[in-house]
Amino acid sequence: MTTHVLADTGALTGRSLRHILRSPDTIITTAVTPIALMLLFVYVLGGAITTGSGSSYINYMLPGILLITIASGVAYTSYRLLLDLEGGIFDRFQSMPIARSSVLWAHVLTSVVANLVSVAIVVGVALAMGFRTGASVGAWLAVVGVLNLFTLALTWLAVVAGLSAKTVDGASAFSYPLIFLPFISSAFVPTDSMPGPVAWFARHQPVTSIVDTLRALYAQQPVGSSIWIALAWLVGILVVAYLFATVLFERKIS
Amino acid sequence: MTTEPSVAPAIRVQGIEKSFGDLQVLRGVDFEVPTGSIFALLGSNGAGKTTLVRILSTLSKADAGTATVHGFDVSGRAGDVRELISLTGQFAAVDDVLTGRENLMLVARLRHLKNPGRIADDLLERFSLAEAGTRRASTYSGGMRRRLDIAMSLIGDPPVIVLDEPTTGLDPQARIEVWATVKELAGRGTTVLLTTQYLDEAEQLADRIAILHKGAILQNGTLAELKKLLPAAEVEYVEKQPSLEDVFLALVGDTGGTDTTGDRTVAAGKECG
Repeated sequence: MTTHVLADTGALTGRSLRHILRSPDTIITTAVTPIALMLLFVYVLGGAITTGSGSSYINYMLPGILLITIASGVAYTSYRLLLDLEGGIFDRFQSMPIARSSVLWAHVLTSVVANLVSVAIVVGVALAMGFRTGASVGAWLAVVGVLNLFTLALTWLAVVAGLSAKTVDGASAFSYPLIFLPFISSAFVPTDSMPGPVAWFARHQPVTSIVDTLRALYAQQPVGSSIWIALAWLVGILVVAYLFATVLFERKIS
Repeated sequence: MTTEPSVAPAIRVQGIEKSFGDLQVLRGVDFEVPTGSIFALLGSNGAGKTTLVRILSTLSKADAGTATVHGFDVSGRAGDVRELISLTGQFAAVDDVLTGRENLMLVARLRHLKNPGRIADDLLERFSLAEAGTRRASTYSGGMRRRLDIAMSLIGDPPVIVLDEPTTGLDPQARIEVWATVKELAGRGTTVLLTTQYLDEAEQLADRIAILHKGAILQNGTLAELKKLLPAAEVEYVEKQPSLEDVFLALVGDTGGTDTTGDRTVAAGKECG
């Protein structure tokens, strides 16, 4: 049975990717809000913000916008998972001789692909708005790697939400705090400009280290210790969410 | 098509109990389904039919008792049981976004069969869905969805098929189509366990009928045996009036045609227990 993990995950991933192809609005709506935020911050608020980085404001804030894109995109994973559970197709799959966890992995892989596409759209718009980077291929790969790790960690959180939610609204509600978190970080303004306790929170929450890492990679500067703090946060969240999701899943199928 | 096989039963259920919190849904259920026969589990809503079906198809675990499918225990050898048994749940579990053909191909892939495309085309033909095969399942009528659902269960030719209330929410024509499908299955030697709340459905289809009431089997036997439980028949003369169903079917014509309407008649709400 376990020998079929790859084949089964492949078949089921093909299924949910087809869902996305047939309703591409899920990718577009994921990209629209971050693009609107980007326009707002660059053309309305950005003129009054001094970042002290010496580079254009869009270069400064794009990393945070990319994280917001992914945080809103993962909500579709819990939504699709909940629909599968309610529609009975989850039971159909579980009553078949398949590798049982492939049902979850298919949704997770689909989320990675869908969010990469959304991120690519947002980066494309940012380029049109004047975002520039001299990042090397290696730095780009590092950016994509960090973003994928971020997507995986948040998607497993989305799986937890999808498996435990009772309603569609409940399934996606978990993502609202995640979308909001970049605002209380170094994503849009330097943390030095915030009052003491807020600045402390902003410096010690995961988004700041991730944003600082991405910004340094784009600006061809040394990433310093922030990349290790970022990776520790991401791997930590990923492991905890994965284990929690697995426990919920086992309870559901036994 | 009564079969009296000397071989071991396809399904054997002994002393199955299941509770959800304080609610005892199954209180010691025993029955056997002979290989190649149609067995109907007759009971009203809340009798415990769906709970029993979920235990047999490895989706839920019993609190006590044993159940085996061709000798494999449903909890100890769940993987083997899933190879042998195929479930058609109470609500047509098809993927609405995919076409009928894609739904069938997906199941064929998940059962690791070669040529999923050909398997899908054959089944579309057999279930009169060939024309609708390239349309999304969300556009199907209730009867078409149910046919697609059953077709998906048949992929890989599992020797045991479980149908949970296969005709609930269907119109009379679609019901007759499903009945014909079940009879055809049994004709090919497949063991069929079906649950129903319709007396005439059990009477039409089943070789043996078990009446499940409040979590226990009240009676189990052939239709003739069950009829013997009541006093001998008295001869009465009754004017034979056509039933409303006869009238309806006579008026709308053929019963086996393909419906191409897009209305969906999926029953809402779940049987609790």
